Amino acid sequence: MTAHTKGSGTTWVGRSLRRVEDPALVTGQGRFTADLPAVHWVRFVRSSVAAGTIGSITAPDGAGIVTAADLKSLKPIRPMLSKFNYVAVGQPILADGVVRFTGEAIAAVYARGKDEAEDIAELIEVEIAETSPLIDAIDALADGAPLVHAEATGNVIVEGRIVTPGFDEVWKTAHTIIRVDGRSRRQNATPMEARAGHAAFDASTGRVTLTCTTQMPHLTRTAVCDIIGMPESDLRVVAPDVGGGFGQKMSLAPEYVLLVWLARKLRSSVAWTEDRRENLIASFHSRDQHVELEGAFDKGGKLLALRGDIVANVGAYSCFPTTSGVEPLMALAELPGPYDVRAYHCRSRGVLTHTCPMAPYRGVSRPVITFVLERLMDKAAAFFAIEPTELRRRNLIDTFPYTSATGLVFDDGSYKATMEMAIAAIDLRSFRKQQQTARENGRYLGIGFATFSERTGYGTPAFAARGMAISPGFETVHLSIDPSGFVEARIGSSPHGQGLRTSLAQIIADEIGIDPEFIKVVHGDTDRSPYGWGTFASRSLVLSGGASLIAAQKIRAKLVKMAGHMLEAAPEDITLQAGSAHVIGTDRSITIATLVRAAYHQVHIFNGEIEPGMTETGTYDPSGTFSNACHVALVEVDIDTGRVEMKKFLVAEDAGLIINPMIADGQVHGGVAQGIGNALLEEIIYDETGNILSSTLADFLPPTSREIPEIELHHIETLTGNSITKAKGLGEGGAIGAPAAVISAINDALSPFGVSIDEMPATPQRIRAALRSSGKLPSHGRFA
Amino acid sequence: MKPAPFTRHVPKTIDEVVSALAEFAPQDGRILAGGQSLVPIMAFRMARPTHLIDINEVEGLDRIAIDGDYLSIGARARHGAFHKPVIDGVLGKLLAFVVSHIAHYPIRMRGTFCGSLAHADPSSEWCLVAATLGAQLVVKSVRGERIVAVEDFLEGIMSTSLAEDEFLAEARLPLLPADTQFGFYEFSRRAGDFAMAAALVTYRLVDGVIVDAHVGIGGAEDRPRRIAEAEAVLNGQAPSPDLFVAAGEAAADAVEPLEDILTTAEYRCDLVRAVTRRALERSLP
Repeated sequence: MTAHTKGSGTTWVGRSLRRVEDPALVTGQGRFTADLPAVHWVRFVRSSVAAGTIGSITAPDGAGIVTAADLKSLKPIRPMLSKFNYVAVGQPILADGVVRFTGEAIAAVYARGKDEAEDIAELIEVEIAETSPLIDAIDALADGAPLVHAEATGNVIVEGRIVTPGFDEVWKTAHTIIRVDGRSRRQNATPMEARAGHAAFDASTGRVTLTCTTQMPHLTRTAVCDIIGMPESDLRVVAPDVGGGFGQKMSLAPEYVLLVWLARKLRSSVAWTEDRRENLIASFHSRDQHVELEGAFDKGGKLLALRGDIVANVGAYSCFPTTSGVEPLMALAELPGPYDVRAYHCRSRGVLTHTCPMAPYRGVSRPVITFVLERLMDKAAAFFAIEPTELRRRNLIDTFPYTSATGLVFDDGSYKATMEMAIAAIDLRSFRKQQQTARENGRYLGIGFATFSERTGYGTPAFAARGMAISPGFETVHLSIDPSGFVEARIGSSPHGQGLRTSLAQIIADEIGIDPEFIKVVHGDTDRSPYGWGTFASRSLVLSGGASLIAAQKIRAKLVKMAGHMLEAAPEDITLQAGSAHVIGTDRSITIATLVRAAYHQVHIFNGEIEPGMTETGTYDPSGTFSNACHVALVEVDIDTGRVEMKKFLVAEDAGLIINPMIADGQVHGGVAQGIGNALLEEIIYDETGNILSSTLADFLPPTSREIPEIELHHIETLTGNSITKAKGLGEGGAIGAPAAVISAINDALSPFGVSIDEMPATPQRIRAALRSSGKLPSHGRFA
Repeated sequence: MKPAPFTRHVPKTIDEVVSALAEFAPQDGRILAGGQSLVPIMAFRMARPTHLIDINEVEGLDRIAIDGDYLSIGARARHGAFHKPVIDGVLGKLLAFVVSHIAHYPIRMRGTFCGSLAHADPSSEWCLVAATLGAQLVVKSVRGERIVAVEDFLEGIMSTSLAEDEFLAEARLPLLPADTQFGFYEFSRRAGDFAMAAALVTYRLVDGVIVDAHVGIGGAEDRPRRIAEAEAVLNGQAPSPDLFVAAGEAAADAVEPLEDILTTAEYRCDLVRAVTRRALERSLP
């Protein structure tokens, strides 16, 4: 029997406990999908053109090959949305007669070895009658443009509009109108591990186990079974160690459907490991959004009204389960950000093109709308000749709950306080002096502030509001203490790098008085964990944390009742601490291990007042909570080359109660790094024929450690009533604020030239082109 | 992302290398040294040699030593060998400064100096060094040996004057006089990325004026080369900010810039102007 004594009554929440996930990962003991052996290896034959009609497909004699003709019994992937004029286009598992993007899978080859499969795939000849592709969303919207899907008129797959009553009257009262035309180019989330799937048929049970790199195992099971037409009980989906997802692994990969179908057909095991080129051209892309934004300000710099037009290039198909409405509709609802503005007029469209389909990516539209909105605020500040932070001070929300023009309810936050904290920490006043001196020496330093909200931990109502046929939200936790005294929490979330096993153990430990080292969190296996939605949208700590707390409260109540019975004390006089139940004010106690044994093996002593066993279920489905932060970027722009050097980055963050500070900081660091990549480096480029030019990591450029500056972090902990653990989510904030802060800093640095950089990534070529067109470049360089 | 099938041969001597090359080159045989350029393009199946002649077990090919008035660099001398100066004097320092700009540490521990020359990527730092300093290249085949000047060796983007049965056995860099000044500056998107433009300059200061200026530009044209127009601006003049600006202008005017979907000719010239001037600024004592 285990004695839970090590913690001696300390509180676990709030401590930087080392992550239980890490020892295996850093010693090469992690278990990833691609580590599994398989009988057959699959290689996909992918389209080399963006648009066209498939003619013949010719394979060498004896080759194992699957084409659309073999998959007539499978339904297409057809995610549904019942609002916003959504057109439910379908995606076949393998291209069926028509190809709609470069990289679309046309056939699957299988062979006994990975290399052999690749060699055979190369010999497959596919005839495609090429048609002229639509690459840019604006071209796809043009009158008379060809249609990517015949049913989606004008190539618009989804269109949302919000106009607040009396908008035009407010607009007319404006002292000035400020405009921004912002563009965020296409990216790839680039998880360290690309996708991989392994499907194994078990002849004795008829079941298939699909091991894959997914962020949502249960939804993958539902989707695959719906498409194939098989009972969910015949499919087990396992997400082992997953090397990052960032949203790319949230959407259903058609490849996984093929693997399950093929494993059943061959009654064997089949595996596929995506290579980096496939990942870059054919997994899922992100961003590629265009936002035109106008703000009406009164003479005091107060924002009166916002008018926006958002165009999101969603690629060739709609992603399951969110649909490709996810980015444009979130942008529509959240465009006003953390600013108090009552009049709002916005249209947001998702546009189909002959490009790789979009999936949500860390931040989901908010990195783009925050960048554009913050450009608007900076331009307004320049118009009013005040510090950008002063303009924000006049506009940030500061009474709570605050209901936005789009109907979002902001719970308690610290929008102004985090900004003031950041201003003080960075010492804005001294920076301005330093900036002036540098300019006199021909060096261009800049500072940029981004203030933003991060909607996190939202339950079913928020998703249902979008009209999704599948409305994610709740999370369930099954919490058990087994007779050995060890605790097991089975969760529906599916962490893949977030450290959730550690954080949840801390929450549970405090509630049931058992140290985290005795608490194991189990996830990523549909045979073992309760139906849940997985890990995405900065939700898991709030939702699984809340569900864990609810389950732990039930376990606690049961333990206290049992202890009361066995120690002959009133339950309200019992505390659970360091592995024992104590009667307050006495030396009487009993170990929790003893109580647990009794629940299984001596349950008769409780005279029927205690249910046998020690398992409780917690389910949590909250309305959601907003985190907030202020990001500050310091940059130097090299005006001769257009290169941006990141000098420093600072974050003042409020994500409510911090469960594990080290893990929270790590989330912010990673998000900021990706945000810097968004602002400066990463761009998926198609040429006009739809050929993709950034198909290797020599051409698509995520930042490396050498491009990321020191990141200084500060926290405020506003305790919200909207989360029972008081914790808010913070998985995406780093990526949301950083692009805006970096672009703002570049524009601040370049203010002497009167240029406005409103496009991401702000590549050296784009910056230099803007400087050149300003006509204000010095004719001679400096002499350093 | 696996190479197409190939056969690997592992000769032990230079004679075996050139015989193997003579036999297999007509069947698309290639030399494999560090493999840091060849293997990635094989993985993409953009190169698909059917035979690889692996020189990693040939004795003595990693030799780096002074032979008379030049530094001899063997066919398998790896980038990492230059992290610390390989010889006393200016040339050793110059090579140690440049090498830190080549890709990343693990790549530098495998990739080779001569392999870079034979691969002839326009952005290669070693091609720029060879072109600027005037390297002589020792080329061997079963037909014998010939010595080729670098300007006759580098022919264009990933293209050299090596015949298919020839092996680049050694590169010879002239030693630099003790009073040589040098400066190197490279522009790339991220640390370790291919240079979008790079400049290497060397000269001597005699009585306060520049003599024997070499200005090499890489990454901007189809091959690195010396820019006589920029050298003419410098020779006989005392270093000054205006002079360096003028040299940068001359270089930018002289190059025939590579263009791609992201990089206009105008921008490439901007970079040439900047890297030339900055290399010169770094050359000052």
